[in-house]
Amino acid sequence: MAKSDKALVWGLFAAGGTVTAFVTPVLVVLTLLPALGVLPDVLTYDSLRAFADATLGRLAIVAIVVLSLWHAAHRLRITLHDFGVRADYAVAVVVYVAAAVGSLAAGWYALAL
Amino acid sequence: MSQRLVELEVLRFNPETDAEPTFQRYAVECPEEWVVLDALNHIKETVDPTLSYRWSCHMAVCGSCGMMINGEPKLSCKSFLRDYEGVIRVEPLAHFPIQRDLVTVIDDFVTKLKRVKPYLVAGEARPVEAGEYRQTPAQLKTYKQYTLCINCMLCYAACPEYGLEPKFIGPAAISLAHRYNLDSRDAGREARQQEIAATEGVWECSFVGACSEVCPEHVDPAGALQQVKIKSTLDWFREHLMPWRRT
Ligand code: FES
Repeated sequence: MAKSDKALVWGLFAAGGTVTAFVTPVLVVLTLLPALGVLPDVLTYDSLRAFADATLGRLAIVAIVVLSLWHAAHRLRITLHDFGVRADYAVAVVVYVAAAVGSLAAGWYALAL
Repeated sequence: MSQRLVELEVLRFNPETDAEPTFQRYAVECPEEWVVLDALNHIKETVDPTLSYRWSCHMAVCGSCGMMINGEPKLSCKSFLRDYEGVIRVEPLAHFPIQRDLVTVIDDFVTKLKRVKPYLVAGEARPVEAGEYRQTPAQLKTYKQYTLCINCMLCYAACPEYGLEPKFIGPAAISLAHRYNLDSRDAGREARQQEIAATEGVWECSFVGACSEVCPEHVDPAGALQQVKIKSTLDWFREHLMPWRRT
């Protein structure tokens, strides 16, 4: 039997899972802080903008967004399969196209803004 | 020894006379210290000699006495009556066809096991005078845990993915392939990868982890499959993006 190309999407899924496991809780806290009226200097628009303007900061944001998207896409595909949706090919096309479009959009924003 | 009246509800099926499996109740006096297998043996000896089930060692090493006990895949020789209250429901292992009563048809697993070559594949032939294949304790340690599999198939009965997709090679066979792939004396990895890195191989696994929960020998098949996924992914990138490093 031929080896499967699922390794590619699983690789992105695993990398995205690792990233989101560490980053998502931090993002939740950082988002909640201003919502609760706590606004330290590092969370002001200007300092976040400065972070996003630095090449490394921008790359980090794109990497996190892209990997999270591919993680979520693959997770959704597996979950639908586990729920008994038997149209794996169609599901795969939809979720991966969504992840690809999101990735391109993230790249485009990073270059254009 | 304190005795207790144990009620068992056992799935019965005789392919020659029954269209559908049915449940049959047995009530037998048993010592508290007995396991479910003892109770079944007692029933077979004193109440109903037609009851069919597999067992051999009575000590959790042969792997033949797996059944669903109150809905969970268990070795019946390792399931103590004192751990159960009320009527104990005993059924054949899930996801396998029933041959008769608690006996299942296991051909599917045996065929898959053969496909992954669960034995040492030697690299180059060595003359006998060259002596034994040496291995350090550290090299042994990398795979020893995966040698503990007793082929009891509890992991197949627990795995929801195997239930959904019967072509899935499954937890035990892939863990055993991994065991030989990790062995420093082995050279068969590429041949095994053709099976376990295929679509029906490790990629059907969605890391539910039920296999590791039911494994009576603590092999941790789910962990083995995750390692296989990581290694197969690295292979994929090497083969597709770095053709010069193809092995
Ligand atoms: S009888 Fe051998 S494992 Fe239970």
